[in-house]
Formats: sequence, structure tokens, C-alpha cells
Amino acid sequence: MARSKATRRRERIDRGIKVRSETIYAISSMEEIGYLVAPKLLLILGLLCAPLILHSSPYWNRVLLSVCIFALLAISFDFLANVVGLVCLGGAFFYGVGAYGTALLNTGLGLTPIVSIPLGTLLGAAACTALIYPCLPLRGIYFAIVTLMYPLLMTRIIEAGDILGGTEGFRGIDGFGSPFVEQYVLIAALLLGMFGLRRFLAEDQGLVIRAVKENDQAVRASGISVAWTKTKAVFIASMFGCFAGAYYTHMYRSVGISAFALDLSIMPIAATVIGGGGSLAGAVVGSLLLVPLSEILRDFGTLRIVAYALILTGFIVFKSEGLLNYATRKYEQFERWAEL
Amino acid sequence: MSEPVLEIRDLSMHFGGVRAVDRVSFEIREGDVFGIIGPNGSGKTTLINCITGFLRPTRGRVVFNGKDITGMDPHRIASLGITRTFQIMRPYYSLPAYKNLVIPLCAPRSRRLGGWRGGGRHGDRDTVALDILEELGFERESRVPFKAAGTLPTGYLKRLELGRCLALRPRIIICDEVFSGLSASEIASLVPLLEKLHEQAIILIMIEHRLRELFRVASRVMALSYGEKIVEGDPETVIEHPRVKDAYLGSMEAAT
Repeated sequence: MARSKATRRRERIDRGIKVRSETIYAISSMEEIGYLVAPKLLLILGLLCAPLILHSSPYWNRVLLSVCIFALLAISFDFLANVVGLVCLGGAFFYGVGAYGTALLNTGLGLTPIVSIPLGTLLGAAACTALIYPCLPLRGIYFAIVTLMYPLLMTRIIEAGDILGGTEGFRGIDGFGSPFVEQYVLIAALLLGMFGLRRFLAEDQGLVIRAVKENDQAVRASGISVAWTKTKAVFIASMFGCFAGAYYTHMYRSVGISAFALDLSIMPIAATVIGGGGSLAGAVVGSLLLVPLSEILRDFGTLRIVAYALILTGFIVFKSEGLLNYATRKYEQFERWAEL
Repeated sequence: MSEPVLEIRDLSMHFGGVRAVDRVSFEIREGDVFGIIGPNGSGKTTLINCITGFLRPTRGRVVFNGKDITGMDPHRIASLGITRTFQIMRPYYSLPAYKNLVIPLCAPRSRRLGGWRGGGRHGDRDTVALDILEELGFERESRVPFKAAGTLPTGYLKRLELGRCLALRPRIIICDEVFSGLSASEIASLVPLLEKLHEQAIILIMIEHRLRELFRVASRVMALSYGEKIVEGDPETVIEHPRVKDAYLGSMEAAT
């Protein structure tokens, strides 16, 4: 048996339709168009229909909103880690700065959510970028560990200094009024953010950002500042995180130091690992799976975290490439045994 | 004599107690093809790293067009038009060859100057990249420019290094051992290319081990040994210099 094993090997071959749809023939027939559009349409329509399907259960509607919030954070992580090459463990920092920023804008200046969310996102992202800027020359594990400190530091500063409402935080922040608006604005923002960022990365400027991860010396030799490129990338990533924080604050109409909680840094990373990194869509798929899973597991009571850990480990051991990467491979290629 | 374009004054680079480059001075003028030779570890690449900003020299000055550029960031020096290739090639392996050149075409310098031969101001960086590659012997029809850089043989990667420099419309290209690792026929096809760049008024500075090939293109040569400049002059005088002979023949004997 061992001999027969050695004479064959599995071959992966691109499906004909995949090859055709890479070229101008992509628009030659409905079949090719369908092949290209179907996966994207599935995600878009799925997310758009979800609130209608879950209409009868306000609880699961809330979970859906959580999914979107975590998906935004996961995109932020995936982008920085797998596109730019900066492993940032401080997703909660972006989230918290956005949350507190918009809370201040709303309660302090009396701005409505329509203004305070975008403004909180932009100002928050600018603040995050400025604070992370000194760490940008750091690489790998050093950058990771320093960014992990940022949200921890913020919690302690707020607690000890009794600033920004101290341990109480802010209450009485304006809500959205209509749950319909609340859901669809967030879903639309997630879809626009994800597809928008993917499009940007396919453009020439996005290519420069990807190049920094692959070979920063070559980028330097090309007359492009690596520090400035990374700064722009951190700004983009922190916009995603800050928006998530800002939006959540208006959804729950309060904010406290839990906005800098470690969960908010770690869960998006787990989602990216499960969904598959690098494509941004994987981060969304991972969140779609992980957040409801953690809700379902509440039935396990104290064993919840054990079950959660087992499932996570299972994914990592058996599908380490990530669900979306696996699915993409199956969608684009078939396997067969080839005689050697 | 015309003003020097690039002037290296008393440049030293020390790593702890090691003097990798020790008080080296030379001048590069318009129309030069300047060769830098020396045995392994004589400080050639370190010297280039100091000039292009990848290392901050311990002492000395680098002056370009009368402006002191010592210790400037590498991307700023590249933006001035002093470009370099790497001895160990640094392509973006996952990207197709032509996309490798889109990155330098996005640089501020390329945008200011408008890319290759003034074309490609907007939106058609891919076309400009393919034009540059065509010039370097990547025929469009062969589909080679569309292959991932990671799958290309050494000869093409060396050209890709040159392509990255050309995309910036350089004043100077510093080639760090472009001939090393290439077959005789690959070198034979690269030499006319370098001569063409010279005709296009690009100053070439070439670090090289392959003396015979270098002397076909270089007009002036400088020899280094243990970080020190031994001699500078036309190729014939440099090769006849006793210390150059000593350094080279000595190491050649050791090799055989």
C-alpha cells in the first residue's frame, strides 16, 4: 500500500470557468458573470436580508449588530496584519478611542449621531495614528506587544485620573431612534468598508501598501517613504476600529472603560484566523461564525469557555488556512489523483 | 573639467572596531561609468549603502549637485535620482513582474517627472511599466512580464532591479554586482543594455567582481581593499597596480 501511495499525488487544477473569468471572457456569458458575482452577492444579500429574517427575535438582531461590529474590528486587524505586515494587538484601542470620542462629541458638543459618528471616526483615527506613530519603526513581536499595551494603559489612566467620567463613563448618549436605521446603516457601512478597502488595495496606491509588507527595503529604494505609507495604513485601520466604537456607543447610549477591554482586541484576531486572513472578507466570515457561536454556547454555563476553546482549536488544527481561503480554493480549483 | 555630480568626501563607516569603509573619497562626473572593485569584504556594498542612505556613515560627506545629502533617508535620496540595485535581488515575489514597477511609478519623483520618458502621467502605470520592461528585454508577447516575480530566473530578476531604478527616471544608477550569478550569455545581453543607459545620459556606478565584463563598460575604476581606497584611474592602470594585483591574485590563488 505504501508503494501505491508514492506513485500518485494529488493535483490541484484551476477550473475552466475560473481561468476564463480572469480574462476579457469574464463578461462573455451569464455563466461567467454569475461565477464571479455569486460569492459576493451571497454575502451582500445575506447580510441585507438577515435583519428581516431575524425580525421576530430582537435578541438575535442584537447579535447580528455585534457581528458587524466585530467584523469591522476584524477587518482592521486583518488589513494591518496580513496586508501591511503590522501585527496590531490593540484593536480595542481604536474601538475605545472612537467610542469615547463620539461620546464626548455627543454629550459635550451636542452633535447628533449623523455628525458625531463620522467626526468621531475621523478625529479618533487621527488621534490613534498620532499615538501609534512613534511605534511604527518597530517590527513583528515588538510592535504587537506595544500595541497591546495601549488599551490597557487607557483603562488605567481613565480609572486613576478619574477623567472622561472615570469608572462610570458617559450615559445619556443619543440613540438612533429607529431600529431599522440602526441595523441597515451599520450593515451598509460594513459592506462599503470591506468592498471599498478591497478595491483600494487593488489600485496602484494599495499596491504600494502591500509592497511594504513584502519588501520594505525595495520600497525605500523606490523613493517611497515606508514610514508615511505605514502611517496612512494605520489611519485606515483605525478608522474601521473607531467607527465600530463610535457606532456601538450610540447603539447602547453609554460608554465606559469596557470599551478598552481585551476581548475587543482578541476576538477579531480569532475571527480573522478562523475566516482566513488576507482577503478582508475572511475576517467578516469569521465574525459571522464566531460571534453567534459564542452566544449559542451560553447554554453551556460555566463550560462555555471550554467549548469555545475546543472549537477554536479544532478550526486552527484542521483548517488552519481559514474557512474562506479553503472555500475559495474549492470554488476555483478541483483536485484529482495524478500518476507520477 | 565640469563640476562633479556626486562627491564622496572622506567617507568612513565603522561597525564597532571594524572599519568597513575607511576615509574613501571620489568624484563622479557627467557621463561617467564608474567601476568599484575589490575582494569580498572590502567594503563595496557598505560604501553604496552609505551613499544611498541605507546606512548613516560614521564620518564624511556625500554631496550631490552641490547639496549635502549625508544621512538622508533612503527614499529621499532615491527621490533625488540616485537609485540603486541590490546585490541580493529584492523583487516583490508575489506580484507579477510588471506590477513590481508600478510601485516605483507611484513614487513622488515619478509623479513629478511623469514616469518613463514623460509618459504615463495618470492611470496607465501598467503600460509604462510594460514599456520599461520591454526596454529591458521582457517581451510583451512572451508573457514573461505577467509572470509572478517569484517564478522568474536570476537574469530577469537582475533586470527587474534595473527596471525599478529606471522607473524613477534616475540621474545615477548604482549597480551592486549586476553580473554576479549570471551565465556568460546573460551577461553578454546585459552589457549592451548598460551601454544604452549610458547613452541616455544616466551615470552608472558599478560594483563588480567580474573584471573583464566591467572593463568593457567602465571608463574609470576605483579599487578598495579592507575599506580603504587603493587606487583610482582608467581600467588599465588600476589592474596593473601592485596592490590590486596582490589583493586579487592572492584571493584567486586561495580560491583555486
